[in-house]
Amino acid sequence: MDTKVDTTLTGQAKLSVRDLNFYYGAFHALKHINLEIPAKKVTAFIGPSGCGKSTLLRTFNRMFELYPEQHAEGEIMIDGENILKSKQDVSLIRAKIGMVFQKPTPFPMSIYDNIAFGVRLFETLPRVEMDERVEWALKKAALWNEVRDKLNQSGSGLSGGQQQRLCIARGIAIKPEVLLLDEPCSALDPISTGKIEELIHELKNDYTVVIVTHNMQQAARCSDYTAYMYLGDLIEFGPTSELFMKPKKKDTEDYITGRFG
Amino acid sequence: MSMTLTPQRLAKSRRRKAVNAVALSLSMAAMAFGLFWLIWILIETFRLGLGGLAWTVFTEMTPAPQAETGGLANAILGSLLMVSLATLIGTPIGIMAGVYLAEYGQKTWLGSATRFINDILLSAPSIVIGLFIYAVVVARMRTYSGFAGILALALIVIPVVIRTTENMLTLIPNALREAAYALGTPKWKVISTVTLKSARAGVMTGVLLAFARISGETAPLLFTALSNQFWSTNLGAPMANLPVTIFKFAMSPYENWQHLAWAGVFLITLGVLLLNIMARVFFRNKH
Repeated sequence: MDTKVDTTLTGQAKLSVRDLNFYYGAFHALKHINLEIPAKKVTAFIGPSGCGKSTLLRTFNRMFELYPEQHAEGEIMIDGENILKSKQDVSLIRAKIGMVFQKPTPFPMSIYDNIAFGVRLFETLPRVEMDERVEWALKKAALWNEVRDKLNQSGSGLSGGQQQRLCIARGIAIKPEVLLLDEPCSALDPISTGKIEELIHELKNDYTVVIVTHNMQQAARCSDYTAYMYLGDLIEFGPTSELFMKPKKKDTEDYITGRFG
Repeated sequence: MSMTLTPQRLAKSRRRKAVNAVALSLSMAAMAFGLFWLIWILIETFRLGLGGLAWTVFTEMTPAPQAETGGLANAILGSLLMVSLATLIGTPIGIMAGVYLAEYGQKTWLGSATRFINDILLSAPSIVIGLFIYAVVVARMRTYSGFAGILALALIVIPVVIRTTENMLTLIPNALREAAYALGTPKWKVISTVTLKSARAGVMTGVLLAFARISGETAPLLFTALSNQFWSTNLGAPMANLPVTIFKFAMSPYENWQHLAWAGVFLITLGVLLLNIMARVFFRNKH
């Protein structure tokens, strides 16, 4: 299949994916992906189920390495270094590239400790500074006002939407540069979804955000760039407005107009 | 909505309700049958046990046949000592092996082999374990001892704890592990602070179940700790314990021994009951 996709961008690329191939055992799940993720913008991956959008996202922090039968070939460059070949400890890569998952995953500890947990892995802060960091992260994630009086209560006592913002705060607290969001709203009601989308809008001031979504309206609403994927191929990539208003490929048009998928 | 049903549907609906009524009464009968014996056991234990219960049970040693007074103090002490120490030894080993099976060796051949052997051990009759310890410890040391009893009981605790730990850990959704790894958490820390902590209630329940199980085990102690008529905390010597004492006293023709046996049965039942209630109260919905 012809997968020559225009990946040139105005502005600086934070992540550059070059000729990336990914395998689940023998199954070839991502085929020669080339992509530049722009810095401090929101990039959305869309496409039907099984197209490889989540798989692609999970190569950026080497999450797939938890499963021995999965492997990736190619290059993912961040700040001039190939993530896949890096001799750096994978922990440090993950500290730089945070991730939020489909279902909220509060840890079995207090709200405060949920945030402080990640920070303690990399920094030893005096109590006062840790308090400040927790407050800062919770404010960033637009959760502070709702939890300020119950920081010592369990994180699992929060509502689904609050839990998801807690997870975002937890990711932010260790000061990453990139934030990967894997269908962060798919388990949430419309009001919580709205809050998270607002939050994503705020976050791009400081972070490079990559979001996988099943929801095309969501991609259109909150991303600057969109990549459309199908069966492991990157079909089209470009500024969101262009991709949605005048897609270059027939496949993309069919998908976003709902004629397929 | 109008409820006009065709005769055919009406007949089906009647049949369905009839079948439901039969199935419901059958399962209610099965439940009642099971509960009947259980409640009877509890009632008999309380009736006969409470009758034999007096303060002297806790303060005096096991008596000679047909003695005027006597208690179970030495047996209670021995049981508490051996059961606690066996749980103390078996729990960390069981939890760590369970962690290995669930988090490290899930798909390895070593993991599968361990799981298989553990399943055998789990269902091994306790008398086999008692005889095994008799052969390798008691026969060599040339004496029955509390220490041998502890070993035998620990061997019963370990597979129970391994199994529950592994089961509880596999119930933890992978998303939670991934979320911890995504922060750059090293594996040992993911396990110790996230997965094991999430599974804490289940794992502790497993430990308490193991504790409850060994507090009534007779066969493994019969060949290892044997019994002792005196107050003794010497782990190198034979040690009194409730199950063996109950066994001995209940089979005897002496009335004072029989009363004490019932008191012992009552104490074990009550202890296990309290332990279960405690487990439910303590580990209910925390974090």
